[in-house]
Amino acid sequence: MVMEIVCPAGTPAALRAAVKAGAHTVYCGFNDETNARNFPGLNFDRAEMRAGVAFAHDHGAKVLVAINTFPRAGSEAIWHRAVADAETCGADAVILADIGLLDYAACSHPGLRRHLSVQAAAANADVINFYAETFDVKRVVLPRVLSVPEIAAINAETEVETEVFVFGGLCVMAEGRCSLSSYATGLSPNMNGVCSPASHVEYQNDQGALNTRLGGYLIHRVERNQPAPYPTLCKGCFSAGEKTGHLFEDPVSLNAERLIPQLQKAGVTALKIEGRQRSKSYVAQVVRNFRAAVDALEAGRPLPEGMLARLSEGQAMTTGAYKKTWR
Amino acid sequence: MPVPENPIPRCPAALAATLRIAPLAPLSLSLTVFTRQLAKKNPEMFQRLGPYGRSVFVLDPTDLPVVLLLDPNGGAPKVTLTRRSGTGVARVSGPLAALLGLVHGAFDGDALFFSRDLVIEGDTAAALALRNAIDDAELDLAHEAATLSGPLARPLKQLITLVERRTGLYLTRPEDAVLW
Repeated sequence: MVMEIVCPAGTPAALRAAVKAGAHTVYCGFNDETNARNFPGLNFDRAEMRAGVAFAHDHGAKVLVAINTFPRAGSEAIWHRAVADAETCGADAVILADIGLLDYAACSHPGLRRHLSVQAAAANADVINFYAETFDVKRVVLPRVLSVPEIAAINAETEVETEVFVFGGLCVMAEGRCSLSSYATGLSPNMNGVCSPASHVEYQNDQGALNTRLGGYLIHRVERNQPAPYPTLCKGCFSAGEKTGHLFEDPVSLNAERLIPQLQKAGVTALKIEGRQRSKSYVAQVVRNFRAAVDALEAGRPLPEGMLARLSEGQAMTTGAYKKTWR
Repeated sequence: MPVPENPIPRCPAALAATLRIAPLAPLSLSLTVFTRQLAKKNPEMFQRLGPYGRSVFVLDPTDLPVVLLLDPNGGAPKVTLTRRSGTGVARVSGPLAALLGLVHGAFDGDALFFSRDLVIEGDTAAALALRNAIDDAELDLAHEAATLSGPLARPLKQLITLVERRTGLYLTRPEDAVLW
């Protein structure tokens, strides 16, 4: 069976580009704090979501709606309404992280398929089976902390489908629990849907060098002609004593393209591309690349050579935790 | 993994030279009329701007001697060309080819930022909203210009094709996007 390519769409145009480029499935979110990419000018209102789902279905693709932030106390109705509207729009599944919201969806919208977001950080078979038995979760998006043998071990112990990230930005090793953005800006992806919100980012050109401040803190400086990273604390360059370097993570993108055969053998159902904040150009290029790879694998042909370096953060790539070669 | 050569061409020197002496007021007026035409067809683009729908953006093609001040003006946009540096809520700078490529969906804004071909200054959230609004609009400037030019549409299209081929500038949406 062909591995499912699950790709991001931040706008209706990106959704159409993804479907055209060969995505089996597109994931997207509403234009509010219910999804973890709540950036200015991004996401779908209800009418756009309905039209996007219809377009995808007309072309044989599915749509997953990410409602993967954690409801604020006293405002749960916003998240409940998002789940209800996703079902009304015809979504094929919702991607949820919060246990309370999973319970609400399972009880109030039992016919709506539920996927467990990476924000839930479910990284072993016991917890995944708990989500399946309690909330009838059909698929889990695995956090980017697992090696390929660990993913195989999980799949051996669960009937829940697994979806893994194969391309795009990397997070620190505690997805759904990271407070770095909150520390610098008061806003976090978990609660507000924004990591390092643009409203708190300041770029300053300093004689060709690029200084980046987040919440007033200088988090990195890149010299002329050096690739720039995203303005997140986890990619910040820090000095301590006589040493200066990237404390949490290097500014690189995940690219597990060459590991697709191993991921298939490990029992993975779906390959996820990160980047709802990216353009339709990115979506089209990355989807084409990965669709060609899974089609080649299915046909027994060698994997084609990818050309995705230019689209990568810092213009550099890594296989991340899949091959644990940490420094 | 090696990064491919920079694909972004530089603007022809002749255009830059012309803009050094050309009167900017009639050009600004023409661009305002043109953008209002685009606005009529793409009202959702202004909704995506959200709170920045009345903020002035400075678009700075670094290989030209002018900057473009874009005021969305709540859906009735105004465009002003100036040889000064210009002020606005945010400044987006880069080669003309990069800016046109962004408008036509040929380039990814983040990738241009990583490679330092695109520079953002001022209110980053405003610049992001503009980028996302334009990316969703699926604009084709050449097609719109041809629509506006009546009987001259055909020769204009031929001229645009020639200029695109000679300069490498994206004056239209890439073919696959148009066909879809």
